[in-house]
Amino acid sequence: MSTVLIIEQILNGLQFGVMLFLMAAGLTLIFGVMGLINLAHGSLYMVGAFAAAAVAASTGSFLLALAASLAAAAIVGAIIELVVIRRLYDRDHLDQVLATFALILIFSETTRWLFGSFPLFLDVPEALSGTVTLPGGIAYSSYRLMIISVGIIVAVGLFLLISKTRIGMRIRAGENDREMIGALGVDISKLYTLIFALGAALAGLSGALVGAIQSVQVGMGEPVLILAFVVIVIGGIGSIKGALVGAILVGLTDTLGRVMLPLFFANFMEQSSATSVGSSLASMSIYILMAAVLIFKPTGLFGRA
Amino acid sequence: MISERFFNYIVALLILGTALVAWVMDEPFLITLTTKAVILALAGVGLNLALGQGGLISLGHAAFFGLGGYAMGVLASHAQTFTPLMEAPFLIVGTNSMPVIWLVAIVASSLCAFVIGLLSLRTSGVYFIMVTLAFGQMLYYFSISWPAYGGEDGLSIYVRNSFPGLNTLDPIQFFGICFAILMLVIYGVSRLTHSPFGLALNGARQNAQRVHTVGLNPFKLQLAAFTISGAITGLAGALFADLNRFVSPTMFSWQTSGEIMIFIILGGVARLYGPVVGAALFILLEHWLGGLSDFWHVYLGIILLCVVLFARGGLIGALAKKERAHV
Amino acid sequence: MKIKTLLLAAVSAAALASNAIAEGHGKVKVGMITTLSGGGAGLGIDVRDGFMLAIKESGNENVEVVIEDDQRKPDIAVQLADKMIQSEKVDVMTGIIWSNLAMAVVPSAVAQGKFYLSPNAGPSALAGKGCSPNYFNVAWQNDNLHEAAGAYASEAGLKNSFIMAPNYPAGQDALNGYKRFYKGELAGEVFTKLGQTDYAAEIAQIRASGADSVYFFLPGGMGISFMKQYAGSGVDIPLVGPAFSFDQGILQAVGDAALGVKNTSQWSKDLDNETNAAFVKNFQAEYDRLPSLYASQGFDTANLLLSAMEKADVKDADAFRAALKEADFKSTRGDFSFGNNHHPIQDIYVREVIKEGDVYTNKIIGTALEDHADAFASECDM
Repeated sequence: MSTVLIIEQILNGLQFGVMLFLMAAGLTLIFGVMGLINLAHGSLYMVGAFAAAAVAASTGSFLLALAASLAAAAIVGAIIELVVIRRLYDRDHLDQVLATFALILIFSETTRWLFGSFPLFLDVPEALSGTVTLPGGIAYSSYRLMIISVGIIVAVGLFLLISKTRIGMRIRAGENDREMIGALGVDISKLYTLIFALGAALAGLSGALVGAIQSVQVGMGEPVLILAFVVIVIGGIGSIKGALVGAILVGLTDTLGRVMLPLFFANFMEQSSATSVGSSLASMSIYILMAAVLIFKPTGLFGRA
Repeated sequence: MISERFFNYIVALLILGTALVAWVMDEPFLITLTTKAVILALAGVGLNLALGQGGLISLGHAAFFGLGGYAMGVLASHAQTFTPLMEAPFLIVGTNSMPVIWLVAIVASSLCAFVIGLLSLRTSGVYFIMVTLAFGQMLYYFSISWPAYGGEDGLSIYVRNSFPGLNTLDPIQFFGICFAILMLVIYGVSRLTHSPFGLALNGARQNAQRVHTVGLNPFKLQLAAFTISGAITGLAGALFADLNRFVSPTMFSWQTSGEIMIFIILGGVARLYGPVVGAALFILLEHWLGGLSDFWHVYLGIILLCVVLFARGGLIGALAKKERAHV
Repeated sequence: MKIKTLLLAAVSAAALASNAIAEGHGKVKVGMITTLSGGGAGLGIDVRDGFMLAIKESGNENVEVVIEDDQRKPDIAVQLADKMIQSEKVDVMTGIIWSNLAMAVVPSAVAQGKFYLSPNAGPSALAGKGCSPNYFNVAWQNDNLHEAAGAYASEAGLKNSFIMAPNYPAGQDALNGYKRFYKGELAGEVFTKLGQTDYAAEIAQIRASGADSVYFFLPGGMGISFMKQYAGSGVDIPLVGPAFSFDQGILQAVGDAALGVKNTSQWSKDLDNETNAAFVKNFQAEYDRLPSLYASQGFDTANLLLSAMEKADVKDADAFRAALKEADFKSTRGDFSFGNNHHPIQDIYVREVIKEGDVYTNKIIGTALEDHADAFASECDM
């Protein structure tokens, strides 16, 4: 395999990692502040993608579609926080898992009821539909480069939000001592609704961004959700930095595993069984990575003990 | 309000009664449904030991359920085609004898639970939930892409396996087998819960530190509970495969883990008959709601949500007094 | 416990005239198990709608159809089959979309003496050694469309294909089917993860492979993701695929990215015969959308059943089986007959994706294989 191809695959791995980060950031933020494990995060991702597809179909504007995805997911997020989620903060993880599992059922079938059973159309904007030539002669999709940039912007934005702003200060305070910040006169329930809506908006945005190069369909959230969980567990739950590192690790492991393992096995077995064995192992690779990380660092790479 | 113990007897009698009435009225499908509820209840009883007594929220019990299923599928398919499972270093042949299959399912799933537990119990809280989920997913993807036993297509076994002296293809006789196993296991679990081991396990859930100071090792207690729990769920998997005469990777999927957990919540966490009530209720809902609309998952979701939010303790919690034993 | 029991009483005026003879024979109860909720519901809904359209058009009051949703779960399908057989006491079963569900249900249903008419899945095990006198496949054997693609590639002079499918039995069968009829070299062979959504790594491999064509089998959302990403990657090696990634329901979600792609199918909206023209028109009138391949298969399945009912009573299994075997019905595909293993012998076409006004659809551009049977027929001793 040529060096150029290897570099391109590493880039692909990074890009996949950034996609996962967009999804994982909201999840880990919500867990870090409220201690809530939210399986319905994948549904918010789906809500974002469907809102974007619907708006893009009626207006033809990709920017409006992105705005719609942010707004729709944030509004839906705020509503479920007010109606359901806030009753779960004091509950154990088991109740949280089940209640949000129930939300998945409700969201998936309601979406199917509203939009039908067939996938929706959402395309990348004209301006980003081509490729850019990178140094070394790699032709790389401009849209994917855009996703990488958005991911970086979101990462930096979150970092600034948490370390430099007043809200960020409250978020950090809330992570450390929930009762104390309430006692200091911060309206904690408003803060929580706000954070949940922010996390939801991030999920919605990633749904719209990713939906344009994937399939906008019911159930699109669950596979990504599980990957996002793998990411935040590897990174350490509650840590934005951990989510970024975890996402890139998972992206690289998955992409390079898919490419390298079949080649590796081809060295000592015949082609078609090497392809089959290699791909089987590759599909398990990130779970093996996660198990390995947890065995050595039971609270993830950047998690607090 | 009636006592929980009395309530439990009623539940057991209701299930037995449903099957018998269906048998008398010649409604074999109703017997099959009841059998399904009994088997799923058994899987739930397994998980409940880890989850309710041990406080170990495992979202990966599908791994053991699937392993039990595949123990049945692999052994019976070799018996069906008369090909040995392996020839060297010693000959292993397939079998279609239920007791042998159960034994293999129990051994395989408890071994697997032991290994997964050994690794996962290093973590706790959400990490434990997620790492068990990851192990389940590993087995799921492995079973899909491993072609020897059908991959995603699964394995069809054309006749039900045999049990000495019984005709297992007769729905009521197969129901009898499953019901007897469920009752035996529930009896065993209830003895276990009230044994020194069970008390220590409960203690470890509530306060690991305290258990530690009296000289017990919470890690070992939890590992033992997790292993037994996996073995029970594995046995249920073997029975489930025999009920359907079919195994497939779906048994390994994370939704299966979620469903087993739902039984427990619907019925009531850490209650002896919680999974039994929950599984029966789930089957009932599936059939009743499935008939109402194509979008019945919405209703299922709403009911589940209401149970979690407003009826903590599940159906048993709402209908029976909490037994004031050693909890 | 009575679920959706649809008693069909509607008699259309047109059908009245043609079907007076059916009165002579007994009633038939059909159990349809198909996917109506969750991810793959679009396919099941199309099969059901096609099937019910044919029943409605026939005006035959002797057919009773019980429809149940399998949620695409094998254990639910098995349970529903038990219910159909044990408590509904159906005569004929049909409806299953997915091969893994078919493998779970069909062997035991036919072993219990029921007829099974497959409107979609055609796993190789049921075409070869595991064939059964009571099992009729009205769609295709799973490998058929892939074989046709291989034949088309050879005929079109393609010499260096890159082939790709998910790593599961249907995916492995797909690539084997393609290779069976493809005579050129392979530039690469890749198995992806089932349900994979990002194909950047595979597309980079395709770009580097120097292939002159790409054959891919990625059903459902996987195909949509792949085609959109492929279109944005700047790689312009032509794509070939089976019809599953280009059916009416999916094409609208892929959009321009699919334009011009060649795909193989045993049916197409523009197939020139009277039955098909009427079917396309009536389906649109009834359901307000274009029919898909799956709808045509459901429609043909029902018509096969109706044709057999005119000739024999379902209680006389041997006569009914013989009547089914004759396949004496007007198929939307034109010529249609059964081989010794009760799988179709039919033409398979090459289509190209085009845009008609605002709607993406397919146009036939040639025939890949004529009167094509399947590779497993010889293993079946019927």
